[in-house]
This record gives sequence, C-alpha cells and structure tokens, in this order.
Amino acid sequence: MSTSVKIKRGLNIRLKGQAEKVYAEIPASETVAIKPTDFVGVRMRPTVKVGDEVLAGSKIAFDKDNEKVKFTSPTSGEVVEIKRGDKRKILEIKILADKEIRYAPFKKSNPDDLSREEIINQLLESGIWPLIIQRPFDIIANPDDNPKAIFISAFDSAPLAPDNDFILHGHGDEFQTGLNAIAKLTEGKVHLNVSANTPASKVFTNSKNVQINTFTGPHPAGNVGVQIHHIDPINKGEIVWHLTPQDVLIVGRLFSEGRYNASRVVALTGSEVSKGKYYKTLIGASIKNMVTDNVKEGSLRYISGNVLTGTQISSDGYLGFYDTQITAIPEVENPEFLGWIAPGFDKFSISRTFFTWLMAGKEYRLNSSLNGEKRAYVVTGEYERVLPMDIHPTHLIKSIMIGDVEQMENLGIYEVAEEDFALCEFVCTSKIDVQALIREGIETVQREC
Amino acid sequence: MKLLSNLLETIKPHFEEGGKLEKMYPAFDAISSFLFVPAHGSNKGVHIRDGIDLKRTMITVVLAMIPCLIFGIWNTGHQHYLALGEFTEVAAGMMEKMLFGMVKVLPIVAVSYSVGLTIEFIGAIIKKEQVNEGFLVSGMLIPLVMPVDVPLWMVGIATIFAVIIGKEVFGGTGMNILNPALTARAFLFFAYPTKMSGDFVWVNTATDNNQPLVDGYSGATPLAQAIENGDKITSVAGQPISFMDMFMGYIPGSVGETSTVACLIGAAILLITGIGSWRVMLSVFVGGYVMAFIFNTFSLNPFMSVPPLSQLVMGGFAFGAVFMATDPVTATQTNTGKFIYGFLIGFLAIMIRVFNPAYPEGMMLAILFMNVMAPLIDHYVVQANINRRLKRLKTA
Repeated sequence: MSTSVKIKRGLNIRLKGQAEKVYAEIPASETVAIKPTDFVGVRMRPTVKVGDEVLAGSKIAFDKDNEKVKFTSPTSGEVVEIKRGDKRKILEIKILADKEIRYAPFKKSNPDDLSREEIINQLLESGIWPLIIQRPFDIIANPDDNPKAIFISAFDSAPLAPDNDFILHGHGDEFQTGLNAIAKLTEGKVHLNVSANTPASKVFTNSKNVQINTFTGPHPAGNVGVQIHHIDPINKGEIVWHLTPQDVLIVGRLFSEGRYNASRVVALTGSEVSKGKYYKTLIGASIKNMVTDNVKEGSLRYISGNVLTGTQISSDGYLGFYDTQITAIPEVENPEFLGWIAPGFDKFSISRTFFTWLMAGKEYRLNSSLNGEKRAYVVTGEYERVLPMDIHPTHLIKSIMIGDVEQMENLGIYEVAEEDFALCEFVCTSKIDVQALIREGIETVQREC
Repeated sequence: MKLLSNLLETIKPHFEEGGKLEKMYPAFDAISSFLFVPAHGSNKGVHIRDGIDLKRTMITVVLAMIPCLIFGIWNTGHQHYLALGEFTEVAAGMMEKMLFGMVKVLPIVAVSYSVGLTIEFIGAIIKKEQVNEGFLVSGMLIPLVMPVDVPLWMVGIATIFAVIIGKEVFGGTGMNILNPALTARAFLFFAYPTKMSGDFVWVNTATDNNQPLVDGYSGATPLAQAIENGDKITSVAGQPISFMDMFMGYIPGSVGETSTVACLIGAAILLITGIGSWRVMLSVFVGGYVMAFIFNTFSLNPFMSVPPLSQLVMGGFAFGAVFMATDPVTATQTNTGKFIYGFLIGFLAIMIRVFNPAYPEGMMLAILFMNVMAPLIDHYVVQANINRRLKRLKTA
C-alpha cells in the first residue's frame, strides 16, 4: 500500500547557482572535524586527547546524557586540536587525516540474519547511530525507544538542494542493505517518500521492505516532518525515527563492507560559486579544497547546508555531520536608500510588492540581508501559506513566546522541527526568528515532560 | 545619497550611548532607517529573507488609499460647487474642485499625521523602543473617514485618543484590539455628534460672498435619505442619484469613503500585492449582500426595500470592507476565522444601518464590534484544531 500526497502550500525560492550534475575531482581534505554543535541538545564528552591516533570508526566522544550514543572519527589520523569556545564549550574535534584511510573493523554480515539488538549495537559502536533522528524534538534517537515507524525522505526540496537520484545512482545494493537493517529497528513500517514532481530513480522505486509514498508540490514537500504529518502523524507519547538516503547508504556499507565508511556526496551551490558541482568527500571534511579559486569576488557567506536551515561556516570550515550541501551567498554590505519603496528588481518576495513577481522563472542572487528590522507581529496569514501542515503556526509560536506548555502540546509541538518553520521565518514581514523560537519551545517541552 | 549617509554617520555618535542626545535615539533610528534600510544580516536561522518588511507593507496600504484620497479631494470640491449650483456637471471645473478639495482635505491629513507621529516618537523615546510603522496607515485612514467640515482640533484630539487609548495602552503596534482609525472616528462620533452626523457636516457650503445655496439644497447622505425614501435618493441639489452615481461616489459622505470605484482600485492593489486578505474582503461583501437581500425580500420599511447592491455602494461599506476590516492586527488571525469575521461585519453593518436610524454608519460599529469578537472566533477555530489532534490520539 502506498500513499500519494499533494502538497499545495509552500514556496520554491528560485536561487541562482544550482550544482551541475557531474562529479568534480579535488584532493582529499587534510583535516576533518566533528562539531558537537551539529548535535542538538547533546553534551559531548571527548574520549581522545590531542596527539591520539584514531581509525575511521573509532570512538572519539560520547553523549554525557546517554552514554550508549557514541561519536566516532570519520577518518583515520591524528587528533590535532580540540577547539573550545566560551565556557570551555567544545566547538570542534579536529583530526589530521591519513592519506589512505584505515578503518576500525566491524562485523560484516547480512542484516537479515541479525537481531534488532545486534543491529542497534553495531550502529552504536560504529558511531553511525547519531544519523538516526527522532521526532518529536528532532534530536538523536534514543536506542532504548521503539519507534512506531521510520521515515526516509528520498528527495530534498530545499533551495538548490542536491539531487538524491543523481547521488544514489548505481548504489542500489548498498541502499537496499541499509534499508534491510533499518527495517529491523521498528515493528511498524519504513516509509520511503519519493517525489512525484519528476520520475524517481530506480534505486528508490525498486526498493523492497519499505512502503513507497509519493509527494508532489513545492518545498517543504521534501521535509520529513511534513511527510510524517501527512502519512502517520505523531501523537503525544509516540516516536518516529527518520534518516536521509545518504545515511541509509552509510548504514548499508557498515554491514556490507564491515566498516564506517563516512563518504558523503556534497553539492556545491549558490550564486557566488563559479563552478558548482558534486563532490565525493567525507562527513566533517573541510570545504577549503572545494571553494578555493571556485568562488566569486566580494564578501561571502559560506553555509553548510541550505540557505534556510544551514549553519554559517568559514571558508576553511567543516561540513556539518548531517549536511549534503554547501552554499555560498553574498554577505549584505551596504544600507539601501529608501529600500522600502524601491522597485527592487533584485528582490524576491512571496508577496507581490516587488515588480519581480512579473518575471516568472527569474533566478535570484539573494544576499544575507534581513531586508528590514524586527517588529511585532502585524501581518497574519503569511505562515499558513508556506506551512503545509494542519497546524496554526502563529498560535503555536505565540504559545512558545509565553511558555504555555499545555497549549504547545495541543497545537502540535511534537510534530514540528525548526526546518518545517524555516519558510515561515523566510517570509515573515516582522523578521521574527521563528526557527529559534521553535527550538526554544521544543526545549521547554522536553524539560517539562 | 552618499552625502546623506555620511551625514547620518557623522551625527550618529550624538544619539548613541554617552552622546548628548542619547535619549532621542529612537527618533534618530526611525529617521535613519526610513532613509536607508539598514544592512542588518540574518545572523541566526535562515540566511536569506523575503524582501518585504513592515515599512513596505504599510506603504503599500497607503498607496492603495491614494485613489480614495484623490477622489475624496475632488468630491469635496464637487459637492461644494454642487450646493452652490456651479459646475454641476461632473466633468466641469476640475481644477476648481481639486483646488477647493485640497484646501479643505490636506490640512486634515497634515494634522492627523503630525499629531500621530509626534505621539509615536514620544512613545518610542519613553519606552526606548524603535518607532513602529503602524501609524503610517492609521494617519491616512483617519482623514478619509472624517466629514470634511470637522474642525482640525477635533482631528487632533481624536488622533491622540486613538493612538494612546486605542493602541499604546495595549502595547503599541500589533497589540491593539480596536482599529485605531475607527477608534478615532468612534470617539468623535460619540463625543461630538453634531460635528460627525446629521445633514450639515458632509458638504462644505461656506462661501466668500454669501452666495445663496441652490434651491432644494439638502446635505443629507444617501444613508440618511434611505431611512425615509428607500432608494429614491437625491443629490445635494435635489437631483435624483442613480446607482452608478453612488458607485462612482458623486455623493456626500466622509472624505474618502464615497467612491466604491476608488475603493475597488485600492482593493485591487491590496489583493494583487497580497497585502490585504481576500478572505476578509470577499466575505464582508457577501455578508452585506446576504443581509441586504434578506431585508429586501421582506421590505417592511423604505430602507429595507433598498436593493442589495445599492446597499453595498452606499456610505462607508466598501471603504470599511477594503481598508478597515482587513487590518490584520484587529481582524481574526486564522484563515477560517477570517471568513466568519468578514461575513459577520457585512451582515451586522447592514443590520445596524437599517434598524437603527441613529447610527446610519453601521459599518464603523460593525467593524469595532467584530474587532472585539475576533479573538473569540480565533479561539474556537484553534480549539477545533486542538480537538482534531486529541481525537487522533484517541483513535490511534
């Protein structure tokens, strides 16, 4: 049985700088870093010191609140730096990578022959477990839980997102092995959600052991939260896990190759990139080799991830643990004279207050400008246009602002994550930091429950 | 432009912490951010933002009201000369009518803006907050819902009342319960009824050399006439007024409200840009039509027998539907709620004007009443969503 869902509300922001579907060759990254800030709510304690030798897949840290959850090195080499910020908060565990990656050995096996516990243990030991995320709260899954279903969104609908059909082409076997392992983790279904906007890759449509659902419509149709909401919504007390297709490949390779092969395909995108292509690299690799001599002049902002949910990094920063995309956009520099009345031929808006709405199909070079200043809520109905969920976004946000836990529960806080509200934040006339508020609400609910 | 931004940079230190004019910073900030949209980057969350901000939203609404303002200026002159029996043709004396209208109307606009913005700036300085843009719209709405002969000091008092009691006491822009411009009008309506209603305030009949008015002059608005005469309405000069005349707006009334055409141009601007809510606008007209249609079916008194479409072009109905009911702060916030809210405004507006001759302008009261009811409507819409979620939990 499969479900097809038509998403009507949402917004595709047409940006310049889609990555060309070819692989570019670059030298492997010299350093690789694991950033504790990628893992929401995790208090990470390192188990290595500067100077220690590590293999790909050997433990470098664990979660203080759940010691079962371990973090391992994506490559082999020497720990060269543990970078700390304010209050000694760890920012990066940096590893100088070997030329040839040496792997910590894990058991090579067919997941069909393993029990649920064995699979979970192998995922935990290899450090692959943190790739599995749970809803509610959008945090690393707890291995002791029993999810009612597992969701995999086969497509990314975010601006300039990489094309998973292209990335997974020819990896059908690893993908299927991964799915077989994942399927053992739940007594419910594994949902693989493909886009019906374009014909999906055979890798996805031929997958077994899963229920294949189709989604059409604009972003955020590819957001797993939206898909869960439409297929099997989360009620209070229920848990759903999710991961991305590239994560499934890593899981598959753990069992078929018997090692933590942290390869990641990353799309280099954005208006300021000269030649945007796909790169075969590693989780936590430095972006330096990708962007050197490959970006335009001017003050730039590099983002690990997409423009809506990504994290700002420096030009020699590191790819986030979960990210499959690097975006470079211009940084805002000059104030704009009478910008509130200017025709704005370079501005994008969901409203039609700029003449650019007449230019169908125009691709935009948007900078990091807030395009205004923060204000109290005035305009209504904007969020509803871009949130395809049966949720009253403004009321949910307001219940978070006043810290009303019961109302947050009633209005669906368990079903949402920051990324689902990213478009709300984008369109907000009052420039409210919606995503930060959603996280604040989730944290309040976590504390109270 | 460079010069201007350099100038702002040079005087900025005086307004910053430790400067001589530190306390005036909100005022400086308002002016400088009015001239230049600041180069603030998004520093958390999304890295790019929609081009729109509150300033642009408000300016778009003000632009949408310009047709009403221009028509209102002309009509002020037109009604005046009509009463004197000069330039009785619509097309005649364009310049004279515009000039007369400007002399009468622009001072009201000036008073409304200067008083309102002064209070906004003082408020921002006291509260140490940024100046909000909300008054840009209210400042234009207030003159458009005033009769032309309203004394300027009354406009000033009404504006003070609207901004302070209608808005600031609730926490400022975005927090108010009642539409500030309608609060201003309601304040004058109840405090100074002789200047806000009746048959003598809508047309300026003052002349330089005491010319006589035309025979059969009456300054009554169509709404006032309909109570006695149904749809047999006459102009100030005693000529019959057709549906088309009312639709175009060649009738006495508040400055900017008479022309349904001008309101519809404004509506088009608001709807195309996506600033105004089509849900509210549409349902106000539907609600008004339904009520008028029901009345027309029974036709128990002359006003009830007015054809439904005529009801919609009389008085401030169209103006209220387009510019007042759609105020997002005071309207319902949920999409479903907007339909209910709008429908009831239209429904009640016609009901009030027909059944209560003391308040011919039912639109103002209907909107204010529904402003108060809006949170209640939203409460039930949101509660329905909550119940759906709870039910899902039970069946799961």
